[in-house]
Amino acid sequence: MTESATINVPVAQGNEDKYKLKMGPQHPATHGVLRVDLELDGETITDCDPKVGYLHRGFEKLAEHRTYAQNLVLTDRLDYMAAMANNVGYCEAVEKLLDIQVSNRARFLRVMVCEMARLASHLLWLATHALDIGAMTVFLYAFRERETLMEIFAELCGSRLTNTYTCLGGVRQDVTHEIMRKLDNFINEFPACIEEYETLIDTNRIWLKRTIGVAPVSAEMGLDLCLTGASLRGSGVDYDIRKHVPYAAYDQIDFEVPLGETGDTYARYRCRMEEMRQSNYILRQCIEKMPPGAIVGEDAPDLVMPTTPRKKVTADTSARQGLIKLIEDRDVYMEGDIYVATEVPKGELGFYFISDCKGKPYRMHIRSPSFIHIGALETLGKGVMVADLIAIIGTLDVVLGECDR
Amino acid sequence: MESILIAEDLRNNFPNAIFETQIHRGQFSSIVAPEPIVEMCRFLKEDYKMNHLNCLTGVDNLSRKGKHFERFEVIYQLYSIEYRVGLRLKAQIKDSEDPSIDSITSLWTGADWLERETFDLLGITFNEHPNLKRILTPEDWEGHPLQKTYKLKGNTEWNGFTKLKEKVKQLKQFDFYSAQEGTHSND
Amino acid sequence: MGKMNNDLMQIEDGIKFIPGASALVAPLNKIINWGRAGSIWPATFGLACCAIEMMVAGAATNDLDRFGIIFRASPRQADCLILAGTITKKMAPVVRRVYDQMPEPRYVLAMGSCACTGGVFDTYAVVQGADEFLPVDVYIPGCPPRPEALLEGLIKLQEKIMQEQGRWSQFS
Repeated sequence: MTESATINVPVAQGNEDKYKLKMGPQHPATHGVLRVDLELDGETITDCDPKVGYLHRGFEKLAEHRTYAQNLVLTDRLDYMAAMANNVGYCEAVEKLLDIQVSNRARFLRVMVCEMARLASHLLWLATHALDIGAMTVFLYAFRERETLMEIFAELCGSRLTNTYTCLGGVRQDVTHEIMRKLDNFINEFPACIEEYETLIDTNRIWLKRTIGVAPVSAEMGLDLCLTGASLRGSGVDYDIRKHVPYAAYDQIDFEVPLGETGDTYARYRCRMEEMRQSNYILRQCIEKMPPGAIVGEDAPDLVMPTTPRKKVTADTSARQGLIKLIEDRDVYMEGDIYVATEVPKGELGFYFISDCKGKPYRMHIRSPSFIHIGALETLGKGVMVADLIAIIGTLDVVLGECDR
Repeated sequence: MESILIAEDLRNNFPNAIFETQIHRGQFSSIVAPEPIVEMCRFLKEDYKMNHLNCLTGVDNLSRKGKHFERFEVIYQLYSIEYRVGLRLKAQIKDSEDPSIDSITSLWTGADWLERETFDLLGITFNEHPNLKRILTPEDWEGHPLQKTYKLKGNTEWNGFTKLKEKVKQLKQFDFYSAQEGTHSND
Repeated sequence: MGKMNNDLMQIEDGIKFIPGASALVAPLNKIINWGRAGSIWPATFGLACCAIEMMVAGAATNDLDRFGIIFRASPRQADCLILAGTITKKMAPVVRRVYDQMPEPRYVLAMGSCACTGGVFDTYAVVQGADEFLPVDVYIPGCPPRPEALLEGLIKLQEKIMQEQGRWSQFS
């Protein structure tokens, strides 16, 4: 009897039964101003077309009109969740282009702020990702720890979000004992906090159902889509620029690169949680190994950003003119191009520079991980349910400021 | 495995297409002709496992002088995760009405958006690209912002923004304070 | 029965209390403005960097809820638009549409240098200040402003609302 009682489900023929849904740009779950044009068959997505550019501010054009030192402040506004990591990425690239040496203490300070930024970014990712999937409490807990980090940033360089902490040749401010003490307290408490988040969501049936098996990415597929960062490592590809091309002081620091196996949303979540533990471990080493010395390299050009320039500026020139004059005076520019990538929380942030012997970059291209990750949404979003799309946007960990530039 | 050996092997396989191999701050780059770019990338991807496309972008060489430089340049930065080496290809494209190069989306799906971005900002067309539309600027935007002839503030105002300003003028009568002013003036 | 005190007690400027009747006498303006100022519901509309600070202002540390400020996901339920971030030309029509969808009375806060003036992005793609196409009530400078600055801006908006006259009688 039961055999004959099948239900005829009407199957969509052609495009008539499909409807289009435009999600965004004003939508709370798109992490900014992302718009996704969806074609739906019931609740299943048959076509997914992400539209970006709603935050395109013309970074690359603007950079051609500003000096290397001035462009540094723009990089804060790229990935505003982890501005420190962008600053370091930019400075590493320009220093390699202009062959500027960085002092060892500055290298360690850079690693320190990079990892703090990674924690801040991953905490925000966890908070919003969980919030999108329906776990509100994690948001409040994660922001609590993030606030501590933000306050340390504010004490270190005066700004919470857009830091501009590094400068060409080193960093702008030295750490104080007070900051180190606060950071030490933080890293002692933080592992317990990670466990707290895990107890909140790791055993939550809804969380597991909504992450395990959602948007699986194989290693080949990840490379084909040019994914980087934890989104690629969740699929088991061992690609971390901190290990591959060590920058700053990462070659003097011991850490592991956590890898996933299944490549689904849950694996990426596990990867990032482990990364937070590793960051904590790196921060501990930074405190222990922090070498004494100057915070700016010996031969760094005289464009220490706001404070005392080491070449004397005549009194009648304003600070701004002086800055430009100094950078153009120096004989450090060589014709050539360079691509330098760093591992920011989102993935691989690359700067491609062309110098034509002038004080301003001839061309600056930013290879932003978010842009490429949203591009992957086109492939990953096909054939899933609308609710899963939110999980996919969350798991790719995108930020639109960096995507659109 | 070193980049220089790979660059040499590339030159042996494509003798007519490689103009020059440069080294700057330890990074190797080959200036190449645009025609066999897909074969070159396939060669590097398959023979040297350069399976990671770091970066794809374009450059407008209008005010830059060099021996082999043409008006436009497309940069391919490739990296082998297994061998940990990278190589940069710089394909030169002559100035014309419609500067174009073949698309490498058949090798990397991820190149899709990078090529669209290069098309949007520099106006370089990618042949056989599945969906070559503007991506960062609105679809009816005029000009390509990263060309050297394009001004920082834009050459013309975008049509959509002019329309918006007109719409704002029309809607102003429904605004509370301006509506109040309107009634007062009628009295 | 004791002697009735018929004198009204002035408890605040313009608001009088009738003793024994547990009633207040006040101008309608005052009561409506008081209600509005205590329940500003902004539309969730994060544009760029400042949105993160806006989120922080809404999270536990600063807790906007205690001012009656509750973020709404739909512009139809909101009466305040916080422009948190850079407004690009591509985004401007969308911002205006969200504003148009909001019911009267509606207020606009420009948060951060970019929304106020365009900030560092003096380029082809960026609108040089939200007031080019929106009536802005409060400008909050900073890049990005601290969450406390956003709070200050919202309190300024409350003060502004408290001073309004007859904003309930537009079509009467």
